[in-house]
Amino acid sequence: MSQTSKIEIRSLRKSFGSNEVLKNINLDVAKGGVVALIGPSGSGKSTLLRCINLLVVPDGGSVRVGDTRFAFGDGSKLPDVKTLAKFRATTGMVFQHFNLFPHMTTLENVMEGPVTVRRMAKADAETLARAQLAKVGLAEKADQYPATLSGGQKQRVAIARALAMEPDVMLFDEATSALDPELVGEVLSVIQQLASEGMTMVIVTHEIAFAREVADRLIFMRDGVVVEEGPARQVIDNPQEAATRAFLSHFHRTGALPPATTAS
Amino acid sequence: MYQWDFGILWTYRWLFLNGLGVTVGFTVVIVVCGLLFGLFGAFGTLSRFRALRLLALTFIEAFRCTPILVQLIWFYYALPILAGVEMTPITASALALSLYGGSFYSEIIRGGIISIDRGQSEAGAALGMTPIQTMRRIVLPQAIKRMIPALMNQSIIQFKNTSLVSVLAVPDLVYQSQVAAHDSYRPLETYTAVAVAYAAILIPLTILVRRGEKRLAVSE
Repeated sequence: MSQTSKIEIRSLRKSFGSNEVLKNINLDVAKGGVVALIGPSGSGKSTLLRCINLLVVPDGGSVRVGDTRFAFGDGSKLPDVKTLAKFRATTGMVFQHFNLFPHMTTLENVMEGPVTVRRMAKADAETLARAQLAKVGLAEKADQYPATLSGGQKQRVAIARALAMEPDVMLFDEATSALDPELVGEVLSVIQQLASEGMTMVIVTHEIAFAREVADRLIFMRDGVVVEEGPARQVIDNPQEAATRAFLSHFHRTGALPPATTAS
Repeated sequence: MYQWDFGILWTYRWLFLNGLGVTVGFTVVIVVCGLLFGLFGAFGTLSRFRALRLLALTFIEAFRCTPILVQLIWFYYALPILAGVEMTPITASALALSLYGGSFYSEIIRGGIISIDRGQSEAGAALGMTPIQTMRRIVLPQAIKRMIPALMNQSIIQFKNTSLVSVLAVPDLVYQSQVAAHDSYRPLETYTAVAVAYAAILIPLTILVRRGEKRLAVSE
């Protein structure tokens, strides 16, 4: 599998102070694969996600995305800022709290990566940005500032911003957790559309029904270790581990997705 | 009841104007230099390098925690003796006031930068920006908006602090009015006029900045 996988993580370790957040994590994501990371808060799933684009620098193990591989731990030097920046440009990330740039219009937010990082001409970047905004259904909001948008719209702009870098993989860090329930659907439908286009994705989520629908693999984490892993439907419908069963019992695992998911 | 006679001041108009010119010119110099020291202090304290952090912190606390009057006298009288550095009163006071102002600007600038949500720099980094690009494109444009009221406040204090350079016989507005007051025996009129002159310059400035702030706030 490691030959064809887009993301490969081996023996990953991370501690914050004396708190060991990730203990020997291994993870493979196939090209075009969608992996959902679930687990209680504090389980390390967000940290794991942030290790994939090195927003969090691991203490040990290795991370490979595409052809770029970094090893961490004894004797390995930390990558310098230029190398890190170049690597991150190939991975898109969407945050729980959107983190849109409030001093820029929606269009400028989406143009920022292409212009500043990829040195694209302004006119080309604008064309690209408008196309991405249209893709998430917000073409008409191009000239508005983020403060005027709803949470769901903000998150869709954030997705467009990440997509404008034309990344190899997309990472979603609880992308719908800060949204009002009625706005969750519009964001999930955009993610679902990306999945259907073959984007490689890792999704940290609390939307179990969505994970079941969209992800092909599911990983359940607790206390910094992978407790259970397998095809998403299989793990959700028929969890093998007691911890997984206990966690999943808090959720409606099946049933209709939030309304907007069927709209597009 | 005291008989006011402001007419007497007309005799000294060139003296006042001269002094006012020195005061304003001095303020421009110490605000600009102070902001440069402030940038050094702010980025120094935020640096990854321990030595730089320590240097910036020492600078900030040395100048923030000692009185400006003492610094002025120290720069003019002590440096020549201790370090053999001779300075004109103007250089000594410009340097002391710039460093003093810079120590406060440092904290304002640093405060502005760290007040920007971490998520903003994370979003920049996730797009593939270097830390410098993130600072320039994402953090600073937002931080500067927040710094402006405090920077303006500190600059007003700096403008008024220039009055202290008269102790080193720098011919600013206050120094020249001392001359006028001694000559005319009219200190009340003289110093009232000086106070009005300071206010007459500062109040329009504060109004201008308030307007500017409102315009900048549009996007938020």
